[in-house]
Amino acid sequence: MSKHTLSVLVENTPGILARIAALFSRRGFNIDSLAVGVTEHPEISRITIVVNVIEELPLEQVTKQLNKLVNVLKIVELEPGQAVQRELVLVKVRADNETRSQIVEIVQLFRAKTVDVSPEAVTIEATGSSDKLSAMLKMLEPYGIKELVQSGTIAIGRGARSITDRSLRALDRSA
Amino acid sequence: MTEQATGAHHPQPRPRSGGQQSTTVEHVTGAQSLIRSLEEVGAETVFGIPGGAILPAYDPLMDSTRVRHVLVRHEQGAGHAATGYAQATGKVGVCMATSGPGATNLVTPIADAHMDSVPLVAITGQVASKAIGTDAFQEADIVGITMPVTKHNFLVTKAEDIPRVIAQAFHIASTGRPGPVLVDIAKDALQAQTTFSWPPVMDLPGYRPVTKPHAKQIREAAKLITAAKRPVLYVGGGVLKSRATAELKVLAELTGAPVTTTLMALGAFPDSHPLHVGMPGMHGSVTAVTALQKADLIVALGARFDDRVTGKLDSFAPYAKIVHADIDPAEIGKNRAADVPIVGDAREVIADLIQAVQKEHSEGQQGEAAGPRYAAWWTDLNRWRETYPLGYDQPGNGSLSPQQVIERIGQLAPEGTIFAAGVGQHQMWAAHFIQYDKPATWLNSGGAGTMGYAVPAAMGAKAGTPDRAVWAIDGDGCFQMTNQELTTCALNNIPIKVAIINNGALGMVRQWQTLFYNQRYSNTVLHSGPEADGKQPSAGTRVPDFVKLSEAMGCHAIRCESPDELDKVIEEANSINDRPVVIDFIVHEDAMVWPMVAAGTSNDEIMAARDVRPDFGDNEDD
Repeated sequence: MSKHTLSVLVENTPGILARIAALFSRRGFNIDSLAVGVTEHPEISRITIVVNVIEELPLEQVTKQLNKLVNVLKIVELEPGQAVQRELVLVKVRADNETRSQIVEIVQLFRAKTVDVSPEAVTIEATGSSDKLSAMLKMLEPYGIKELVQSGTIAIGRGARSITDRSLRALDRSA
Repeated sequence: MTEQATGAHHPQPRPRSGGQQSTTVEHVTGAQSLIRSLEEVGAETVFGIPGGAILPAYDPLMDSTRVRHVLVRHEQGAGHAATGYAQATGKVGVCMATSGPGATNLVTPIADAHMDSVPLVAITGQVASKAIGTDAFQEADIVGITMPVTKHNFLVTKAEDIPRVIAQAFHIASTGRPGPVLVDIAKDALQAQTTFSWPPVMDLPGYRPVTKPHAKQIREAAKLITAAKRPVLYVGGGVLKSRATAELKVLAELTGAPVTTTLMALGAFPDSHPLHVGMPGMHGSVTAVTALQKADLIVALGARFDDRVTGKLDSFAPYAKIVHADIDPAEIGKNRAADVPIVGDAREVIADLIQAVQKEHSEGQQGEAAGPRYAAWWTDLNRWRETYPLGYDQPGNGSLSPQQVIERIGQLAPEGTIFAAGVGQHQMWAAHFIQYDKPATWLNSGGAGTMGYAVPAAMGAKAGTPDRAVWAIDGDGCFQMTNQELTTCALNNIPIKVAIINNGALGMVRQWQTLFYNQRYSNTVLHSGPEADGKQPSAGTRVPDFVKLSEAMGCHAIRCESPDELDKVIEEANSINDRPVVIDFIVHEDAMVWPMVAAGTSNDEIMAARDVRPDFGDNEDD
């Protein structure tokens, strides 16, 4: 079992997310996480998909099938070593006068932020790799996690090259 | 290119004359814009049924002199007719239906066309854009429903988008790997005022099919072909779709390699050609199945290693290197890893392969092909061919043999006849016992296996090629699913011929019950009630009476029960061209399709006939 991060550039059209999600389920893949947003070009959205696969061959199959979707412009697999990967969590932890300072210490250790405080709880915002975030959550768990929300992974390649450049040119040509 | 069945080109969103951009802008409704777009794109025949949401489009359709509409009796018939039309003419088939149930009735033929890569455009009406999502009357999310069974689909809610979307739909359907495209148009978009000009600007930045093969891969493939000792050309439907049959013949004769054509590719290489070894797969010829199993090289051209061809995948063709050429990159390596992957249009691939193989030969790299080409291989192939030919036994009780009926229809058919089959035993017999020597003469539902395909597909083929005879070879089970389109045929001067291979049962399922379910015939007897044990399905009630039924639909109908009448009734059918003809052939119910590889087993376990496993000299107890 291996995890792969795919960056998928798509035309920003209605229904594209449904097409992609349906393709994964139809071909028997489980999406580990998914994040969608527009890019620097408003006509292009970028979907970051983390997928678990058992062998390499089926990943090739799913990227080929994704490529066949008419609204998909480009697919890039981002290797962990050559990419920055981030997730965001918001977590509400039980905290009273006795434990609050300990929790704030953990927050500082992980360079996270306290975004809301009430007599019974603190809410923490943290970004980072999924390893870092799960380490932080493990530390917070003994105090009592009341609520947790996590974003999908987003990722970008290191260095000067941009994966949107060439796709933009394709769009310009067709216009 | 005399081999090519049709000279028709894929309709392109360009004006017909001289490639000049039309500068006139017409002020029209969305509905008129739709019909004008269909005219410009070259859609000459549309099969469909009107209803509430699509109604605006049917008004200008009435005035069009360039688009003929055929009013079918069920939307499924419209879809299969469009598929048959597309397969016979090489053009894009078009069907039209209203929203909700009209659209959902198109789902089966759309899925069918998707599996068999048929260029199809389905146009559906949708409820007004403001009502979308409100569970309005006759609302169905047909774009969502057909997402996994279309090559692409569109929802149009603005009238000004109609010409562009129609142009894109026809372009996507007919280029690359062909497939169905659905265009769902909201009723208010059809009613709104807009302007029409042609051609529209297409906007498809994410759609770039690769047709030109990579030169290095072609050279690698040519080297393998010349070095091989036991090669097989494994030809799929892609060769027919790219109209590469003439090139294929040159390549086959140049290499001297045996050719096997899949169910989707019958007619891509003449059955009568000495290099042709038959059809591969579950009901393929012993020679073709065995050739693939023993091959040291398989050159797959526009074929996709479907499970009905490979049998149990991990024991398929264990000694073979694979050259896999397909226009769809996702097919390459999907089921079987390719040693030489080639992405490209079959016609360009084969043309390039011919040159590359010629170059290998001229450089003296004749390999095994020198002199009598692949001589040892052909000795084996010919021995299998002689020992295990396709054949059948006459029933002992003097009743009609279904194989003989189909064989005689093939032999007595006029030149250029198109055959359409349903799904089941009769389909396999029609594949076995009719000789296909020309492309676009065999239409069937291969990937989806859609019962009821034959009658509407034959209707579509006849509508598209009125000068050719079209025979539907149908089963009594299939016939009862879609026979109402015979009314459409009778009323619209589409005189098809239908042979009902009537064994009173769902024959293929019954065959499996005979072989694998201890002759327990659960729910496969068609013309008896639940009390029937199925041992003698033809001793049923003859309900419905197919002759009376067909006559009621305006057809000439005949029943045939004895071999003596066989030629007479077929000739009678061939002589009638002013209305549809239906012959109810009452055939022996125990006939089975052989050879057969049981589902899930290895192709090495092919049975030439019941309890007869071919002897390839590899039986351990010999």
